[in-house]
Amino acid sequence: MITLKLDGQEVQARKGQTILEVAMENGIRIPTLCYLEGLSPKGTCRLCLVEVTNWNGKLVPACVTPVEEGLEVITRSERLDQIRRTILEMLFLERNHICSFCVSNGHCELQDLAVELGMDHVTFPYRYPGLDMDLSHEGFGLDHNRCVVCSRCIRACSEVEGAFTWGFQGRGVGTMVAIDLGVPWGLSETCTSCGKCVQACPTGALFEKGVATAAQLKSPEIIREVTERRPRVF
Amino acid sequence: MSSKVRVATMWFSGCSGCHMAFLDLDERLIELRELAEIVYSPIVDLKEIPNGIDVALIEGTVNTTEQLEHLREIRRKAKFVVAFGDCAITGNVPSIRNPGPRDEMLQAVYGDGHLPGLKEGVVPAILPDALPLQAYVRVDYYIPGCPPDADRIWKFIVTLIKEGEPRLEGEEIRFG
Ligand code: SF4
Ligand code: SF4
Ligand code: FES
Repeated sequence: MITLKLDGQEVQARKGQTILEVAMENGIRIPTLCYLEGLSPKGTCRLCLVEVTNWNGKLVPACVTPVEEGLEVITRSERLDQIRRTILEMLFLERNHICSFCVSNGHCELQDLAVELGMDHVTFPYRYPGLDMDLSHEGFGLDHNRCVVCSRCIRACSEVEGAFTWGFQGRGVGTMVAIDLGVPWGLSETCTSCGKCVQACPTGALFEKGVATAAQLKSPEIIREVTERRPRVF
Repeated sequence: MSSKVRVATMWFSGCSGCHMAFLDLDERLIELRELAEIVYSPIVDLKEIPNGIDVALIEGTVNTTEQLEHLREIRRKAKFVVAFGDCAITGNVPSIRNPGPRDEMLQAVYGDGHLPGLKEGVVPAILPDALPLQAYVRVDYYIPGCPPDADRIWKFIVTLIKEGEPRLEGEEIRFG
């Protein structure tokens, strides 16, 4: 057993657990986006940053940082609020999040985070990039305008379904999710049409065809449920 | 001079849905008359923007040269400028045109020949992008929503007038 402090409160943890897992076990909410229970954590969105007091206030992503004996972690502070909000603003301005006609309006993890972190506007200029949609698959659609590049679809597809259909293409702000090294979704030879990517996707970027604005409900928890019954591919 | 709060409302490029939501205040509009005076608005017959505005609620994106002039003028004349609804805050639907060139969009709408809005004329010129208010002026407060519902608008106005600081929280700031 490892003992550490979360926001001044002493908690017990098992070796190998992450700060986020221990926080969740103890009912402490840390905002997350790229993390999804059942998938390997990637630590890329940085919304889960926490402050480690006895590491000189160093900021670490809670979802990928293993606990250590004697760690003193702050999960909520003015500094963290500021940083998380700035990260969230960047996610909003990077693509075209026009919530009013999004399938996920009202049921979107990105939108929920704006509510949670009190983000009522973006302080930096929007980019308004010109981005495509892929509607070639018979059951599902992809809208790059709403993608936050979290890789939850990629991990659900490779780690849980074992199909390895999804990947990233491009670099930096030009990074796009891609199917089978860049073919239209409908021409994919590896996609099994299981729909796990759609359920894992936190935003309106992946959706079921035919759903109207605000009508796309998702169950990302099926990823955890599936992995509880059947071990991950890797 | 009355001691009522002087409120102005204005619409730029939007669908006027935010103003419709404002009218959805229904019987609360009567209560609003006790607290505030609407001194300038699309529903008030006045050509010039008056001086001494306390709160200006502005709907829509800044899309034309004329709107930009009006925005700058009302910023000079108002104590608080409020971005009223998603278009004024994020660009929202009108910003769909931003990734493409302005002349191509006008051509798609008007076809070959004269393109109203391409140059300054009877119709004001269209700006290169449809942008939210804070791209041009300081914005004091934001009322998210497409449109923000009447309860949200009411809470904003009442807390601003009675408590000196608007207090929208939780779900009351959700976009969309
Ligand atoms: S994915 Fe859709 S609902 Fe979510 S923030 Fe983007 S536009 Fe809004
Ligand atoms: S499509 Fe969805 S799940 Fe995949 S990277 Fe984009 S936002 Fe994440
Ligand atoms: S949730 Fe930890 S970095 Fe994204």
